Amino acid sequence: MAKKPKPLDFHSKWSYAPAPESTDHVELKKSYGLFINNEFTEPLSGKYFETINPARETKLADIAEAGQADVDRAVKAARKAYDDVWYGMPASERGKYIYRIARIMQERARELAVIESMNGGKPIRESRDLDVPLAAAHFFYYAGWADKLQFAFPGKPGVKSLGVAGQIIPWNFPLLMAAWKVAPALAAGNTVVLKPAETTPLTALKLAEIIRDADLPPGVVNIVTGAGATGAAIVNHSGIDKVAFTGSTEVGKIIQKALAGTGKKYTLELGGKAANIIFADATIDQAVEGIVNGIFFNQGHVCCAGSRLFVQEPVADLVIRKLKDRIETLIIGDPLDKNTDIGAINSKDQLGKIKRLVKIGIDEGGTCYQPSCSLPSKGFWYRPTLFTDVTQASRIVQEEIFGPVLSIQTFRTVEEVIEKANNIPYGLSGGVWTDKGSKIFKVSSQLRAGVVWANTYNKFDPTSPFGGYKESGMGREGGLHGLSPYVNLN
Amino acid sequence: MNTIESKTKIIKSGNGMNSEKKTSRLSIPKTYKLYINGKFPRTESGRYYKLHDKEGNVIANICRASRKDFRDAVAAARKALSEWAKKSAYNRSQILYRIAETLEGRKMQLIESLMKEGTTASEAETEFNLSVDRLVYYAGWCDKYHQVFSSVNPTEGSYFNFSFPEPTGVVSIVAPEHNGLLGLISVMAPCIAGGNTCIVLVSQQHPLTAIDFAEVIHASDVPGGVISILTGFKNELLSHFASHMDVNAIVYTHHEKEELKKMEEQASVNVKRAITWNKFNWKDSSAQNPYLIMDLQEIKTTWHPVGI
Repeated sequence: MAKKPKPLDFHSKWSYAPAPESTDHVELKKSYGLFINNEFTEPLSGKYFETINPARETKLADIAEAGQADVDRAVKAARKAYDDVWYGMPASERGKYIYRIARIMQERARELAVIESMNGGKPIRESRDLDVPLAAAHFFYYAGWADKLQFAFPGKPGVKSLGVAGQIIPWNFPLLMAAWKVAPALAAGNTVVLKPAETTPLTALKLAEIIRDADLPPGVVNIVTGAGATGAAIVNHSGIDKVAFTGSTEVGKIIQKALAGTGKKYTLELGGKAANIIFADATIDQAVEGIVNGIFFNQGHVCCAGSRLFVQEPVADLVIRKLKDRIETLIIGDPLDKNTDIGAINSKDQLGKIKRLVKIGIDEGGTCYQPSCSLPSKGFWYRPTLFTDVTQASRIVQEEIFGPVLSIQTFRTVEEVIEKANNIPYGLSGGVWTDKGSKIFKVSSQLRAGVVWANTYNKFDPTSPFGGYKESGMGREGGLHGLSPYVNLN
Repeated sequence: MNTIESKTKIIKSGNGMNSEKKTSRLSIPKTYKLYINGKFPRTESGRYYKLHDKEGNVIANICRASRKDFRDAVAAARKALSEWAKKSAYNRSQILYRIAETLEGRKMQLIESLMKEGTTASEAETEFNLSVDRLVYYAGWCDKYHQVFSSVNPTEGSYFNFSFPEPTGVVSIVAPEHNGLLGLISVMAPCIAGGNTCIVLVSQQHPLTAIDFAEVIHASDVPGGVISILTGFKNELLSHFASHMDVNAIVYTHHEKEELKKMEEQASVNVKRAITWNKFNWKDSSAQNPYLIMDLQEIKTTWHPVGI
């Protein structure tokens, strides 16, 4: 007998049924060694640390901690591979190896996306639709450059590789950042020692499996896991010719100082505090979506996050009202659920930092608004947060929070907002929303920032250079300009 | 030539104050000052150092610029930056060319100054000619390097996306010790051709032509503050050049390892771009290329959706 259908309910809020991505097909080992010479090896340090799922606070695997001697092994392996194999290999062959990596990543895309969300806490929708496909695309893009470098540097026919690149990446886009680092380094003819972040090593270790399966010559890519001390060992190792770092400005300065006088080439992709500027003549609903994407994408763990909102006065009330309505609808919870908009905060430490800065914001007189959503009882979570009644001098306006916290200020004129937007040591990115083309070009050309999104935000592409002005770092990743950090033009 | 000769003699005989040959006219020795913000001030510190010729005679009292002089120059450079960077590339190109024109017109003066510092006549002429030609070379790049080093990027989504170079900002430069004129022009020209403003510490032992050159700049439509020229002691000023929080890049051209290391360490306080140009033979044509301009540029990428 057929069930009587439920009467349609138009009065209360509808909720989504859970739509979790399955983890059945994911294979994780109990413990991972260091990937050196295409093999997972026990660390000489003998030490391991746990990596967890920040949404559940459950352990996923034990990870080897590389000590000085381990880094030394990895650098020697990379040097040998450079001298014996990679340097002399025809560039077109080098390119073919990189294409193989791209292809295997695409084949294993679902597995990589699930692990990325399990280990880092980011919504599966983002890891599935952005992190993993974009990472594969980076390898695909740079693979093609390998045998075309003479066209990238006008007037410089004899482009040479540098040698061994030491690369240190952050926890916010673990696999994507590995791709941003490894792909151009290999294409330009270098070998690599890569250190993933200590909280999110798993997809980099999966990349190690892919590199092994792609049959890259042993030692061309070595992946060593660990925390800050391991990173320092890479930076300070005399066998490293180039350092590429993505992370905080604080650590970036330490690295720049440590590299002084060594003659090592380096690129730094550091923090940001981007202005997202909404003019009264913008299409407001699109702009509101852009604001949400700008700051709540990846829980706000984005160096280019649009964390400082500037709204032109005539539309300020309207934009703030719509923004509040919109964040009321955001779904916060299980990163593996396909409906989830905001996943878990990456770590307990990061959650503590966000809470500390929000408290400072309130103590300094800011008005804090959060939606009413409930949060899971286990794991690390933070509600999307808006701050009004803040000033240029407020710490939450000046400091990078790296969480889902947006400060809102208003402005009247173009000149005023440009002045405010630039009045900060950072200069990574910015956003501008207006329907007037000439205004877009005026603002975008005067923002002192490396990436400007006009009527869009947080878009990335392998062909598009990314990197900062001022204290947001130096050098570019992506595109034609992303090659020069990995070559010697002299 | 006569006036210059007699002036030299006068300076030799005690700073030009006491003695004079009865047969010649009393010449006017030049006071060598700094060039900051389009003006020629003495150092605020009131300090100086003596410049000697080969025989040990005093040629001039040179300003020993202080930290305060440098900070004033940085403030002027920051103020001048937006105007200079905003000028059309064509206009910047014409101004660099104008510097070359003005310099060419002062050939005798500059060659005399080079010789006063001990350069032979033929070397002085070579250095002078190369200096003018180098300015013309970079004048030509002002409106071209963007085209060579920009890109339109074929992103996967439907976006118009392009990348182009913009000036890094305020640059402090420690000019080469040798080739006082050519060295200064070789490092300053790619910096300002790219829309940056700069503060240059010139050669300690060969500073005369730099001050002559400041007069050339002053007469060549270069807005005040775009180029400031300081004389003084590198060991005293370098740490300020490297650590100033409102300087975006530093260019170092010397070979002292410890000094270079310290400079690079201090540059990290504000992620300053620390550029070393010490492998060039400035007399060689390989010492001029657009990659020097690009060392002091930032790449900006702009995205816009394509749609209706």
